[in-house]
Formats: sequence, structure tokens, C-alpha cells
Amino acid sequence: MQLARVIGDVVVTRKDGNLGAIPLLVLQPIAADGSDSGRTLVAVDSVGAGIGETVFFVRGKEASFPFYPTEVPADAGIVGIVDHWDLG
Amino acid sequence: MQIGRVVGTVVATQKNAKFEGAKLLLVQPLTLDDQPRGTAVLAVDSLGAGVHEKVLIVMEGRAAGEALGRKLAPVDAAVIGIIDMVDLPVSPKPRGEGG
Repeated sequence: MQLARVIGDVVVTRKDGNLGAIPLLVLQPIAADGSDSGRTLVAVDSVGAGIGETVFFVRGKEASFPFYPTEVPADAGIVGIVDHWDLG
Repeated sequence: MQIGRVVGTVVATQKNAKFEGAKLLLVQPLTLDDQPRGTAVLAVDSLGAGVHEKVLIVMEGRAAGEALGRKLAPVDAAVIGIIDMVDLPVSPKPRGEGG
């Protein structure tokens, strides 16, 4: 998984049926120090995240597991909203 | 698998139910000469690794799910070992220098 900031959402009318009404959010991955790190991406959301929040997301087919048994065609999914993180 | 160092812990109240009770660690992947490589990843830990410890992580969904021991868990990285030491009789050469 990786930390990311939610920076936007995507509205899609014509889409794969298994995407249903699942929210699609734009993520900016961030490094441990909170700075932007790497390319932005779009992820499905199963935890009710909103713009501006820090989240963690999973890559790969596991992104669809929260929606099981629906086989959602996603390769990235938000699976938690971060309260805070502590560096040692 | 990758070698990494635990650099932090993450607290998340609102998360997928499969994460309940699992520890979330920020792990910085390392090169063989202990330099940071890439962005820190979030890995689930069921071994009790602590900050500053060197760990072995898997970064693939199926393996991570098995490490966590929960079916259909939306995870893609897990700590699978706490490293005592890495023995490299011949030190690695930087990429592009052959050998």
C-alpha cells in the first residue's frame, strides 16, 4: 500500500457495469515526509474518502476485494483513511 | 521480496474491515548498500516489527494476503521477516558497471 492525498474526483457516465456507483478519486501518492511522490492516479474508493484527506491505497487486483463478489475492474483502491502517521 | 527499514507507523480508524487488528508500518525499501530506494510503502505486519528494524517485505497481493492470513484482504505489501543480518561476501556493484 502507499500513502496518498485525495486531490480530486472523476465523473464517468458511460462505464463498465461492474463499476456501478463506486466513487473514483484522483490520488497524489506521497512520501513518508508528506511530499508528493510519483504520478497521480485514479482509484476506486470503498471507505468514503473525500478531497483533501490523506488515505492509503492498494494496487493490483486486490483493489477489487472490498467489493467482492462484484468483480470490479480496478487496479488501485483506497482502503483506509489515515488519522496520522508517526516517523521514528 | 525486498529489504526495507521500518520508518514509521500509521494510524487509521476508518479502513477496510480486513485491516482490523493489523499493524500498519511505513517501510522504506533499501538497496543492498542500505540506501533508500523509491517511495516508502505501507505494509501490514503480524510479526511485531518495530521502527528502525530491517525487514523483509513482499510487495504482491497474494503473498501479502497469505502473510496476513485473511482471505480477500485488500493488501499488496506485508512484512514477512525481521532481518538479523544480510551477508554479502562480494559487495554489489552499482547497476551498469557489470559484474
